[in-house]
Amino acid sequence: MVNDLLSAYLPLAIFIGVAVVIGLALLISPFLIAYQQPDPEKLSAYECGFNAFDDARMTFDVRYYLVALLFIIFDLEVAFLFPWAVTFGALGWFGFWSMMIFLGVLTIGFIYEWKKGALEWD
Amino acid sequence: MMATALPSILTILPELVLATGALFLILTGAFQGTRSINLVNGAAFAILVVAAIATVFQTSETQTAFNGSFVVDDFARFMKVVTLLGAAATLALAIDEMSRQLQKPFELAILVLLSSLGMLLMISANDLIALYLGLELSSLALYVLAAIDRHNAKASEAGLKYFVLGALSSGMLLYGASLIYGFTGTVSFAGIAAAVKGGSGPGLMFGLVFLLAGLAFKISAVPFHMWTPDVYEGAPTPVTAYFAATNKIAAMALTTRVLIQAFGTDAAEWRQILVFISIASMGLGAFAAIGQRNIKRLMAYSSISHVGYALVGLSAGTQDGVNGVLVYMAIYMAMTVGTFGCIVAMRTKDGSVETIDDLSGLARSQPAFAFVLMVLMFSLAGVPPLAGFWAKWYVFSAAVDAGLVPLAVIGFLTSVVGAYYYLRIVRVMYFDDGPARFVPLSGVLRAVLAVCGIVVILFGLLPSPIVMAAGAAAKSLF
Repeated sequence: MVNDLLSAYLPLAIFIGVAVVIGLALLISPFLIAYQQPDPEKLSAYECGFNAFDDARMTFDVRYYLVALLFIIFDLEVAFLFPWAVTFGALGWFGFWSMMIFLGVLTIGFIYEWKKGALEWD
Repeated sequence: MMATALPSILTILPELVLATGALFLILTGAFQGTRSINLVNGAAFAILVVAAIATVFQTSETQTAFNGSFVVDDFARFMKVVTLLGAAATLALAIDEMSRQLQKPFELAILVLLSSLGMLLMISANDLIALYLGLELSSLALYVLAAIDRHNAKASEAGLKYFVLGALSSGMLLYGASLIYGFTGTVSFAGIAAAVKGGSGPGLMFGLVFLLAGLAFKISAVPFHMWTPDVYEGAPTPVTAYFAATNKIAAMALTTRVLIQAFGTDAAEWRQILVFISIASMGLGAFAAIGQRNIKRLMAYSSISHVGYALVGLSAGTQDGVNGVLVYMAIYMAMTVGTFGCIVAMRTKDGSVETIDDLSGLARSQPAFAFVLMVLMFSLAGVPPLAGFWAKWYVFSAAVDAGLVPLAVIGFLTSVVGAYYYLRIVRVMYFDDGPARFVPLSGVLRAVLAVCGIVVILFGLLPSPIVMAAGAAAKSLF
């Protein structure tokens, strides 16, 4: 039975093997066959244009994380809602009210966030 | 069909009170803002007390809810009452502290309610999923609590450190839980116990080790204690008191239930791990605290060593041992709340101070305050006839009965070492000259200190209420 289970994954193993071989071939072949003649200009970060005039690590508005957090919460909510909606008929009132309580708790969190001004950009 | 899954309201009443209360207070706070601070704080305190009373009056029969993933027995009720009382007392400290500060976040009380709810779930957890949910609910609220004073760099550091290491420990715990599930095919503790009875392989043992490592983080036992001194020092003092007095008790209850109910037949395997953790915690707690000048750091190491003593009782793995753990945690809660109440009271006109030298000369300026702190220090050191002595007595005698004589001897020796730094505080207060001039204590602080002092002194004379309740609680686990 275990062998049946494993052999069902044989196509996947072959696919991974082919992917690894092709990927490595493309990665290694340039080192072996390409014509290389490096000079400082070629190796510098920008071969054309001007030099960087500022550090790439500039400060930016970290508020974006609030939007990201909100997204995760409501994303998860939807992830719970899908299986609930599919089996809704079998769950009955218990399932309905369980989900309503869950949504209610999320809504209270959302109201708190709104009132706190977390949704305003400035 | 699903109606059977509906939990009886009475079984989950304390949790229901906390959950609905917290949600209402969030809305109140969101709409009223800081104007509602007194209402929210007072209501949160009342909710904790009501939940504790509801727990006391629950039936002593073992009941389950949520398809058996949530269990209420005497053990759970005892630990819940201790946890809720600790939470209420530390919330009182926090409210008192908040009244002197400019920042008055109403979220503090709500976070205390939510993390207490998580702790109750931990105590009542009867399968691995409920265990993890309870642990995360309490931990997530605690991470925020550690950093609630967000303009203070130290508090932010404490919160971040706690969060990162807590996430690491949750990861280890989950990995252990997944291994256990993989090798037993069930998440329920009863099912795991049945599977363990049929013999446990190395895979299951691996899972148990990871689970224990994750839990050791939460109770801050050596070698997973690194976060404790920094977090205890950085977090606001009442929050530190809350960490020490409640979270540890709930995590200890969870550890006890997992080891006794799920892995009870496998005691010979986990006993070695517990004995090691216990000796390491007692030893490190005793020796590392000697050099501390900051009283909050000192209390952090003290709490590490006290976890070690409680684990001595759990290592025994017997009903007496669990009884000892329960008595120990209850007394530890009273001593910790009292000591942190004293630390909160260390306020001068210029603000709070927290080094031991600031206490010098306290016996002359505030004799009553110094006396309470002295009693608490003697009790923490385990000097008879105070409560701390009896707490150690119960766990050590259980260990001796279970044949763990060397462990009890090591415990005794480390408590002698530990007595040095507790007594040093007493010496500083009574024999050093100094300028200790703290502002007079508020009524709330006086009440908390008086209750803790009375519990610590009277336990030796009148131990039966706590010991009998703990005995019934320990019996329900076996």
